[in-house]
Amino acid sequence: MKKKLDLTRIRLSRQHEIAPGVFLLSFPRPWDFTAGQVIGISPGHGLEARLYSIASGELDDEADILYSLNPEGKLTPWLSKLSTGDSIFISEPFGSFTCGGEDAWWIASGTGIAPFSSMFRTGLVKGKKLLHGGRDLNSFYFNEQFLPVLGNRYVRCCSREEAPGIYGGRLTRYLMEQSDLPPGEKYYLCGSAEMVVDVRDILLTKGIPFNNIISEIYF
Amino acid sequence: MQKEPLFGKTLDELKAIALQLGLPTYTGGQIAYWLYKTDVVSFDEMSNISKKTRSLLAENFEMGVRDPVKVNTSADGTKKYLFSGGSGKFIEAAYIPDGKRHTLCVSSQVGCKMGCLFCMTGKQGFQGQLSAGEILNQLRSIPERKRMTNVVYMGMGEPFDNLTNVMKSLEILTAEYGFAISVRKVTVSTIGIIPAMREFLEKSKCNLAVSLHTPFEDERRRLMPIQNVYPLKDVIETIREFDIGKYRRVSFEYILFKGVNDTRRHVNELARLLNKVRSRINLIRFHEIPGTPLQCSDEAAILDFQQALNDKGIVTTLRASRGQDIEAACGLLSTKELVKAQKDDF
Repeated sequence: MKKKLDLTRIRLSRQHEIAPGVFLLSFPRPWDFTAGQVIGISPGHGLEARLYSIASGELDDEADILYSLNPEGKLTPWLSKLSTGDSIFISEPFGSFTCGGEDAWWIASGTGIAPFSSMFRTGLVKGKKLLHGGRDLNSFYFNEQFLPVLGNRYVRCCSREEAPGIYGGRLTRYLMEQSDLPPGEKYYLCGSAEMVVDVRDILLTKGIPFNNIISEIYF
Repeated sequence: MQKEPLFGKTLDELKAIALQLGLPTYTGGQIAYWLYKTDVVSFDEMSNISKKTRSLLAENFEMGVRDPVKVNTSADGTKKYLFSGGSGKFIEAAYIPDGKRHTLCVSSQVGCKMGCLFCMTGKQGFQGQLSAGEILNQLRSIPERKRMTNVVYMGMGEPFDNLTNVMKSLEILTAEYGFAISVRKVTVSTIGIIPAMREFLEKSKCNLAVSLHTPFEDERRRLMPIQNVYPLKDVIETIREFDIGKYRRVSFEYILFKGVNDTRRHVNELARLLNKVRSRINLIRFHEIPGTPLQCSDEAAILDFQQALNDKGIVTTLRASRGQDIEAACGLLSTKELVKAQKDDF
């Protein structure tokens, strides 16, 4: 990572609201990156950049950013109003929340799915289990890409709605019910601080060594 | 409707408020005096301000000063104060007397977003930012206020995740019109959020403390998720860019975990990493928290680690453990109170 974020202006290819208050923003990929990395996004030079994980694959022509609208935030109310051809300022990618070819669990809540989407689209699929927690049935962003490939290695946990094939309850409860979590595998966690801390505590009580738990927290 | 608090406003903001109310700008200075130099808790007590002006202030604003709701006192004199942050939230501050030195450890957030493996505050999640007034109220509203020699931002929360309010509080804390505490006696501790740390180093003269805890990147990201985004080597490179003078201190906090970060390998890497960085290391004994797999290093290992670092030419101090009988470590007491409050809500 550069010590000071250098921002470059780019034009958006498109932006879609993929679920209520959740947006997917795309622009031509101007750099190489490693799946799991983040970029800074700002409305202009000299303005504070907020960090977002890249959701697209390393070789995709376009970079995708998934974010949820925070009506009281400084950036997302502005960002959510942009459309094709509008400009934003972005940094180069940085960060080390990256994953190799090892067997691993990817555990996400909400838009914390973004880095795992990037890893998935980069082809890091073998030996991976994906656990995604969301409040509503429309919280499972990118499920159309995960389902056909991961099959029963893709578990959706929905805390407020029920549907066939979806675990009814929080992902923390799902994890509590598991009796055979392999201690030798890696566990990658991405989401809010609360989710990461709760999941990490559960994994520790299940005998997973802390060395095998790697977390990325929104802040 | 809740009125806006005046406590926590800078002198410029108070002058602007005076103008807005049709008062002379010097009234802003008078208000600052009463807010930051005295113990008054109501506008009525501001005796050099006219009655009419006091009524006008009371109509539009509140003082914004709150007494602690709880205090625990340790056998060693350490006190843990708890302030209400509203809606079942609690703000902690720890007063630590040590001879002529009186230190107040203040919180900058309710809860924390950073999720460090060894921290109790992270277990209550993030509940909100503290305003400059709420940060400074931790000093203003305790009886030891006047004897305070040092203030450290090492309580709940990551100060550089609340930079605007922290910077404002630092101005009021160190300004002549405010609490007038020397910048040399104020330390802000961070896990290393680089853009905010850079702004702090540019705009403030207060001391900086960085939570280091291991010099090895892969090990650090298991302990502190922030390492994935702002790696330690970049934090240190950023500090190197600034001319850390004779009067500003940079220190690195290092909690010792048994068998994790207390080996000679760690000593050697620390020496390499901090080469030519004008700084010191503060070693801290780990106060174990529920559910963590980490344990405190043995006393002999701690002393050996300190000696080895000193032998490498790194000034290394060992922080005395204080207030263990009153849960003085950050997050312990407020988490307990929060759990109680949540149970009451059911």
